[in-house]
Amino acid sequence: MSTITEVPLPKHKREVIDQAVIRFAGDSGDGMQITGSQFTNTVALYGNDIATFPDFPAEIRAPAGTLPGVSGYQLHFASNDVYTPGDAVDVLIAMNPAALKMNVADLKANGILIVNNDSFKENDLRKAQMTSNPLEDHSLDKFRLFSVELERLTRTALQHLGLDAKSVDRCKNFFALGMCYWLYNRSMDPTVRWIETKFTNKPLLVEANKLAMKAGYSYCEATEAFQISYEIPPAKLAPGFYRNLSGNQALALGFVTASQKSGLRLFQGSYPITPASDILHELSQYKDFGVMTFQAEDEIAAITSAIGAAYAGALAITSTSGPGMALKTEALGLAVAIEIPLVICNIQRGGPSTGLPTKTEQADLLQALFGRNSEAPIPVIAPATPSDCFWAALEASRIAIKYMVPVIILSDGYLANGAEPWRIPDVSKIPEIPVHFATEANSPNGFLPYKRDPQTLARPWAVPGTPGLEHRIGGLEKQDITGNINYEPLNHENMVRIRAAKVAAIVQDIPDVVPAGDAEGDLLIVAWGSTHGAITAALNAQRAYGRKIGHVHLRHLNPLPANLGEVLTRYKKVLVPELNMGQLLWVLRAKYLVDAVGLNKIQGRPFKQAELEQKIEELLGV
Amino acid sequence: MSTAILPPITPLTKKDFQTDQEVRWCPGCGDYAILSAVQSVFPELGIKRENFVVVSGIGCSSRFPYYMNTFGFHTIHGRAPAVATGIKAIRPDLEVWVATGDGDALSIGGNHTIHMLRRNVGLKVLLFNNRIYGLTKGQYSPTSEFNKKTKSTPFGSVDRPFNPISLAIGAEATFVARSVDVFQAHLKDTLKQAAAHKGSAFVEILQNCNIFNDGAWFSLTERDARSEHVMQLEHGKPLVFGKNRDKGIRRKTDGDIEVVPLGNGIAESDLVVHDAHHPRPSYAFLLSHMEHRPGFPTPIGVLRAWDDLPRYEDVMNQQIKDVIAKRGPGDLAKLLRAGDTWEVR
Repeated sequence: MSTITEVPLPKHKREVIDQAVIRFAGDSGDGMQITGSQFTNTVALYGNDIATFPDFPAEIRAPAGTLPGVSGYQLHFASNDVYTPGDAVDVLIAMNPAALKMNVADLKANGILIVNNDSFKENDLRKAQMTSNPLEDHSLDKFRLFSVELERLTRTALQHLGLDAKSVDRCKNFFALGMCYWLYNRSMDPTVRWIETKFTNKPLLVEANKLAMKAGYSYCEATEAFQISYEIPPAKLAPGFYRNLSGNQALALGFVTASQKSGLRLFQGSYPITPASDILHELSQYKDFGVMTFQAEDEIAAITSAIGAAYAGALAITSTSGPGMALKTEALGLAVAIEIPLVICNIQRGGPSTGLPTKTEQADLLQALFGRNSEAPIPVIAPATPSDCFWAALEASRIAIKYMVPVIILSDGYLANGAEPWRIPDVSKIPEIPVHFATEANSPNGFLPYKRDPQTLARPWAVPGTPGLEHRIGGLEKQDITGNINYEPLNHENMVRIRAAKVAAIVQDIPDVVPAGDAEGDLLIVAWGSTHGAITAALNAQRAYGRKIGHVHLRHLNPLPANLGEVLTRYKKVLVPELNMGQLLWVLRAKYLVDAVGLNKIQGRPFKQAELEQKIEELLGV
Repeated sequence: MSTAILPPITPLTKKDFQTDQEVRWCPGCGDYAILSAVQSVFPELGIKRENFVVVSGIGCSSRFPYYMNTFGFHTIHGRAPAVATGIKAIRPDLEVWVATGDGDALSIGGNHTIHMLRRNVGLKVLLFNNRIYGLTKGQYSPTSEFNKKTKSTPFGSVDRPFNPISLAIGAEATFVARSVDVFQAHLKDTLKQAAAHKGSAFVEILQNCNIFNDGAWFSLTERDARSEHVMQLEHGKPLVFGKNRDKGIRRKTDGDIEVVPLGNGIAESDLVVHDAHHPRPSYAFLLSHMEHRPGFPTPIGVLRAWDDLPRYEDVMNQQIKDVIAKRGPGDLAKLLRAGDTWEVR
């Protein structure tokens, strides 16, 4: 095994650089997501900072070789801080003409382009709607083109194994991966370990994938194809143990942690939906933590079973995406009315309706804030990066339990599937989440289910099975304190105001915002969610020119932090970039009467740093 | 075997299950009779009051929890089985009863009803079937007869009705029974049998809405009709009905059933003997469907009570126990550091 991982002394030139962006693109069946995630894991283990952008079609297998079937995985890795997956790519691996056509526009001039030239036959070109062969018509002259017979070379490397032709051809992505490992001087060990685990009962496939990867590596070595290879030293991250973490994994780990820190059983009711299903996949593995996952018959049963579990004393969550969130709406109102802890994760995707199932968007903010019948306030929390989803899950659980309230987490497809290095926290330093179950009657007249804690306005959590606490709750309006059905006008107004006051009072329990960058100045960028990375990169670049810009990234969208209104007044202009038509912008203008402007992108893709910088410069008049 | 000595317990009475809340059903509603029967049966089950949870959806029937002095949860339309599943999953020790109606359980909540039954969640479901939407003031329901003239169907409904019993058996419910609001003794006995069942127990209760659908079940409940058109099922007993017990159900050679008059050479020994415990649902389905055929009676009682299937919540919790037994209890620090990690110094 060691022979394939040795990095021999270079006969070629090796250049030390500080960052690179690489994109693997191919057919949905070409294994691009695996190839990309393997490369990511390897560079992360090496110590580079990373940001990833997996971008795949909603169809599992669109017709092979066609434009809609193209799947891509982009990785930005560096020896310094990385905030985005990168606007443009340095290296593009295109497994077929369709992948080339869909991605080549993002390749930098003089960038490295590796194509599988076995898939540029007439039929392949026709499927990609190409009239001439780009490998021959000089349209790619501005790139460093490496036209490699990936299929033939993979077949040659594996011919002695006696593996069927289809399985052999499916190894060609690992040939390409081997080439990339050579190009960036990376060890193949982590991927070898992964292959051995993945195909543990299929020794022939272990051998085939290892051989294909090794062949790709050796091909570069032997042919001196690239003449140059690159070295990106490890990033200077804070000391500690790190792992690579995606947003959905982070949510799952966050909820297991919240369960352990609160001593409550974790119950997840969920119905499969892209891009939220991975949370269910993750949590269903953690039965050794007592985690109970329930794949419900529909989105409504997913949330209502969670409501039942919360009523019975569990830390209950449900996870979904846009269309599922729409279906859960009525049950959200019930959770507001009966005042029990519940966390709802909406992994936003492009809409309306089915929309863009695998693409990212931030257009469910107003739905989260207001999308229920009547006055039904719910705290809303947004994670800013993939690993931040871990902390968002803990924060949402804490608020839900402390205030007896449902809490919405707004993640999105970009955070869910994107990954970054995560400094693993010391478990003992994560605060406990106190839980107080009612154990006895709270008045001389027995148990009053809506008699509140004067500090938090939370009502008691009285779980069935507790003697003496028998009581009735439900979706009908209830009398303050007793919880009995009550339709009196003034009682209703009082109850609506109490429910609103309870959520508003959470502001005392969340930190003031501290702007990144300049604490006052010409421009404040206010944003939320997955735009954090691109904005940070743009902010740093623009401030390097001496421009006075601050950045507030809101974790809490309801209630908004207490000092936000004051912070808004410290800057001449306010910019709100969002992947929607201007929803936070709408809230800020309405609440603070501030003449903020939006930068809005609704393409199913994250912001590019350049797009943000352009808008910043426009507003600053530079 | 040692016997634990328990402190004496004051037996619970019907009064212990009554609340101080004013009952707000219309005077004469069949729901009063059902409430009374449930309040009579609960004290007899030997279960502590705090361990009862009554869960409901929306509709007249779903006001039920407010009148039961237990833990009660009035949820949203059609979703009671899903809420109750969540409760049972976390607390399998609780005795959870669901009160629902024909619209709640079979229309808006149809999906949850069949999935709760196929999973065999240990819930007792009381479906109050009055063949009408009462709380919304008189629209036809999924159990209303074809061509029903109501506020929303002035020219007659054009939907074929569901038979709740057939539907439950079709979903392979492990306990399926039917009773009638005004047959108090039979209702109480049926509820007790449901309570004794470990898995999902589905009880359709034919109930009169005297405001919007008065007399929906008169063909079964009128004094003369009762014995003529109703067949009371008892496990191990032949299928006999009629005022003078002069008719019965016999198997035909093709597997179907027929109504035969007793006498003239046909004895009870020629009739089908009711077997509620049969593991397969086919026979119960045949019984459930006979009321739609001319000359056949409507069966009441326990059609199916096959309790060999484990409860969903038990399987769920056992799976967790098995994983913990195999892997040991989860270690959070280890979990967070799982997979490939690296150290930055």
